[in-house]
Amino acid sequence: MSDEATEDLRVLRMPVELDYTYSAGRSASRFLRAIQEGKLLGQRCPVDGKVYFPTRGACPQHGMPIDGEPVELPDTGTLVTYSIVRVPSANIPLELPYVAVQVLLDGADTVMMHVLGECDLETVHMGMRVRAKWKPKEEWSTSVANILYFVPLDEPDAAYDSYKEHI
Amino acid sequence: MRDVAVVGFSQSVSLRRERNRNEVEILIPVLQELREATGYTNEDLEFVCSGSSDYLAGQAFAFVAGLDAVGAWPPVCESHVEMDGAWALYEAWVKIQMGYADVALVYGFGKPSMGDLPITMALQLDPYTVMPLWPDAISVAALQARLCLDGGVMTDRQMAEAAVRDRAHAKSNPHAQVAGDFDVEGILSEPYLVSPLRKHDCSPISDGASAVLLASSNRAGDFSKRPAWIRGIEHICEPQDLGVRDLTRSRSTEIAAEKAGVGAGRIDVAELSAPFSHQEILVERGLGLGADTTVNPSGGALAGNPLMAVGLARIGEAAARITNGEAERAVAHATSGPCLQQNLVCVLEG
Repeated sequence: MSDEATEDLRVLRMPVELDYTYSAGRSASRFLRAIQEGKLLGQRCPVDGKVYFPTRGACPQHGMPIDGEPVELPDTGTLVTYSIVRVPSANIPLELPYVAVQVLLDGADTVMMHVLGECDLETVHMGMRVRAKWKPKEEWSTSVANILYFVPLDEPDAAYDSYKEHI
Repeated sequence: MRDVAVVGFSQSVSLRRERNRNEVEILIPVLQELREATGYTNEDLEFVCSGSSDYLAGQAFAFVAGLDAVGAWPPVCESHVEMDGAWALYEAWVKIQMGYADVALVYGFGKPSMGDLPITMALQLDPYTVMPLWPDAISVAALQARLCLDGGVMTDRQMAEAAVRDRAHAKSNPHAQVAGDFDVEGILSEPYLVSPLRKHDCSPISDGASAVLLASSNRAGDFSKRPAWIRGIEHICEPQDLGVRDLTRSRSTEIAAEKAGVGAGRIDVAELSAPFSHQEILVERGLGLGADTTVNPSGGALAGNPLMAVGLARIGEAAARITNGEAERAVAHATSGPCLQQNLVCVLEG
């Protein structure tokens, strides 16, 4: 009964591979083309005027289509919350420890996730004013990675009330 | 039982390939059109249910992005089925029956052009003995068509006639993808795509979305002057294994039709979601339709097949014909799985 042909089949290897041609969509494409030029685009909800960053096709709160012109945002903002990461993760090629941050760009009503650089870990705190540190212009592509990280600004902290809704 | 009606319907144009818009961007104008047609606002909704497929989108939890088009405020109970939106409608109908909601939004959306659809569909087959062979969806349907032809269940002329009828009807449907005047002889002289199926026996690959607003009798009048009342709705599933069921008839359609009460009266209009001409004939027979029924006035799935939205669109099309007074009693059909594995039948009345 040790004949290979009569042994029970215990494992079936069945690789599945499907290819997709993915389209980011009109709204995300507009955002990505703009960031290739160093511009940060958000969009304003037609109902309550809140600015969503990045651009998207509809306001996720009201479901209303956003057809208006995008809003160009500055690359400065407020660090609303953060986490000092000391545990490696397979898909994040950053040197440990690093500071994962949520930044509320000036004029935006939604936060963006990024990392903080050029900063002593002991001094990171909520309300810090920050600015984007960009890659050299010749390396810009249609990617949020055009921003290397955010760096602290030599400015007084933002008032807690100005960002408490976004933590 | 509570009286529940379709009080609004909207759909996108079926396109072979939406080049620039992503799934949610296809859906956004469809929901906006439904808002404008019915006057509903998010404050009216008590339940939201959608149908879509991560396999078509190529990413996990792809349906979550669709909620951008709905709006998250005020928060309501929300659900999703990894199926055609017709099954999302069934879930919403149950919710209303149970008294949990009076008004529900249902939508379905899909962008199959992102992948290789006939191959992607292989993943719904038996995962141990069939799927590893990677049979494409057209070949699987062709096996069924071959059984039907060799068994004398139908002729290829009848199949061609179904395609000619649907594409001619689709000329008056601005959302259709394949429409026009074709003739049976011309179709029969064309080469096979996958024997015995010719190109005209197959539905197109379509990107698109559809949406329906459901309401109980408490609220239906707020949204529609002539609601299309759901008098029966049922769905039945057959075994996944193609070898253990009779592929030359659709037993699940027959059972669902009986339970939904299709035969209780004259059917003016039938909207069928069968993606192949021979399957359309099987469904027509399974429903027990007679010569006095207009089949697929919109063109059905052979004129446009936006997966995950096409079945819901059939319910919407049937309801629209009741709402505009063309029909008094209609039946809509949706299907899922290979070779008509699972079928949903919905009877609507004015």
